Amino acid sequence: MVDVSEELIASLKKKAVTLRKHIIRMTHNAQSGHPGGSMSAADIVTALYFHTLRVDPKNPTWPDRDRFVLSKGHACPVWYAALAERGFFPVDELLTFRKLNSRLQGHPELGTTPGVENAAGAEGQGLSFSVGLALAARMDHKPWRVYCVLGDGEQDVGQTWEAAMSSSKYGLDNLTAFIDRNGIQQEGRTEDIMPLEPLAEKWEAFNWHVLTIDGHDFRQILAAIEESHRTKGRPTAVLSRTVKGKGVSFMENKIKYHGAATSDEELKLALAELDAQEAAI
Amino acid sequence: MESQRSYFGKALIELGRRNPNVVVVGADTTESIKTIDFGKSFPDRFFQLGIAEPNMISVAAGLAAAGKIPFAATYSVFGSAHTYNVIRQNVAYTNLNVKIFCSHAGLTVGPDGATHQMNEDIALMRGIPRMTVLVPADGPETGKCVDAAAAMKGPVYCRFSRTNVPTITSPDDDFAIGRARVVRDGSDVTLIGCGLMVARCLEAADSLKRAGIKARVINLSTVKPLDTATIDRAARETGGIVTAEEHTVVHGIGAAIASVISGNHPVPIAMVGVQDVFGESGEAEELLRKYGLTAEKIVDGAHDVMKRRDQK
Repeated sequence: MVDVSEELIASLKKKAVTLRKHIIRMTHNAQSGHPGGSMSAADIVTALYFHTLRVDPKNPTWPDRDRFVLSKGHACPVWYAALAERGFFPVDELLTFRKLNSRLQGHPELGTTPGVENAAGAEGQGLSFSVGLALAARMDHKPWRVYCVLGDGEQDVGQTWEAAMSSSKYGLDNLTAFIDRNGIQQEGRTEDIMPLEPLAEKWEAFNWHVLTIDGHDFRQILAAIEESHRTKGRPTAVLSRTVKGKGVSFMENKIKYHGAATSDEELKLALAELDAQEAAI
Repeated sequence: MESQRSYFGKALIELGRRNPNVVVVGADTTESIKTIDFGKSFPDRFFQLGIAEPNMISVAAGLAAAGKIPFAATYSVFGSAHTYNVIRQNVAYTNLNVKIFCSHAGLTVGPDGATHQMNEDIALMRGIPRMTVLVPADGPETGKCVDAAAAMKGPVYCRFSRTNVPTITSPDDDFAIGRARVVRDGSDVTLIGCGLMVARCLEAADSLKRAGIKARVINLSTVKPLDTATIDRAARETGGIVTAEEHTVVHGIGAAIASVISGNHPVPIAMVGVQDVFGESGEAEELLRKYGLTAEKIVDGAHDVMKRRDQK
């Protein structure tokens, strides 16, 4: 069973606040990037990188590592922040995000950033990539697992469903997919742009094991991961209800912050809010 | 006349025997392009992914990221155009070891018509950074492309024809990616072809010979990286070039060669190929004739470039 001690939860909460602060600073410094969808995924990414994933920052390409695939590539600030905090590269480097000659590209590039496992930016390719990884692990009788984080916007993409079909065809129980269900995509609410509901039923109809959780509740995230490990013969989709821009009051649920950085004034306010959250843990 | 698909299928099985990391992904065309035989020999290393080519390419990329050497194979229209941005982002940008092998390239798909006649794939693929682009001239060379693609690191796109083609290479001919092969020497004009048009260049050279013209013939089985040394030498030594491809002349091998010689040693050039139009239903040979992909057109091109050269 998952160790859900108060200490673990508190340490994960603190780490998630740290990642959110990095996201705010990185996108502010770049004056571009996608803070909203990075912050909605921050708790899921924190749980994976600071509890679950077997990875070695000293040896990022260790063959038996677990694979984390970010399908919603625009949320890479949260990935870079987690990798830096996990020791894959210096935290100072985060502020080079989106700058010329940086290892931290505007969307993930494989082979450049230590710890990054896939290239993403064009939506809807990451789950298919994860299927290839999971098939390879199974072929080689390796215990490593694949965790893929998808956005809800990319549920619009046909390839997502091609991947969903092939995952269940091959019964990939070494694959866990988190769907960051923040309800907002670039131009508006997902249900206005292209209605997705009933989304859980869609994944069930594609023969996945489906869990619906609060994507900001670490106990639920860890329990879902644990349950996906126990589920045999089928991949698991964790439909994670989240809040876009989670953690900063004026960014929460705002379409604007899908792809807009904070101003100098907003930066101060945002960091003050996050500091207060950290102090309260 | 031999099937390039058969050579492809056999080479894949032999490669599979030698290298356990070789895997194959397919998209409901596996019988037709002969990858099904690999699937029968190595069922655990063969994945039928249905009519879902973008997924097929990304799955191949994931397999490659975990150390496999995946061959993704289908018809060229689906394996290049329908999957373009997936190849770009998941295969080329990542520089992963994915080998995309596509049959049914060009007009000679025949009666299926324009939807299936892929005349733009060389243009698409040679425009992507890091992509190696191969166009084997016949069956034996198709087999060699399989081995050579597996032996190199990085993405490869290889296209060949559905129709049976004359065998013009020998199993003993050495083959290397990136090297154009002079298959006939000559000093008056150079004919550069790829795929089934190499045989037609040889036919054209025979016909020119009867008129006392010595044509050099080059088999351009690697379109990218281009063997610029062999092309430059041909331009310098013969002073005129005719290109021949079962592909649009827009951004195909003619365009690639023209851009090399215009920078290094400009000489007159004529391009035989599909003239920026869609194909139609018909038998392979009928189509090649109607769209001007014939030895006669190559001969006309040779006379044209020699005339322009001599007028200078």
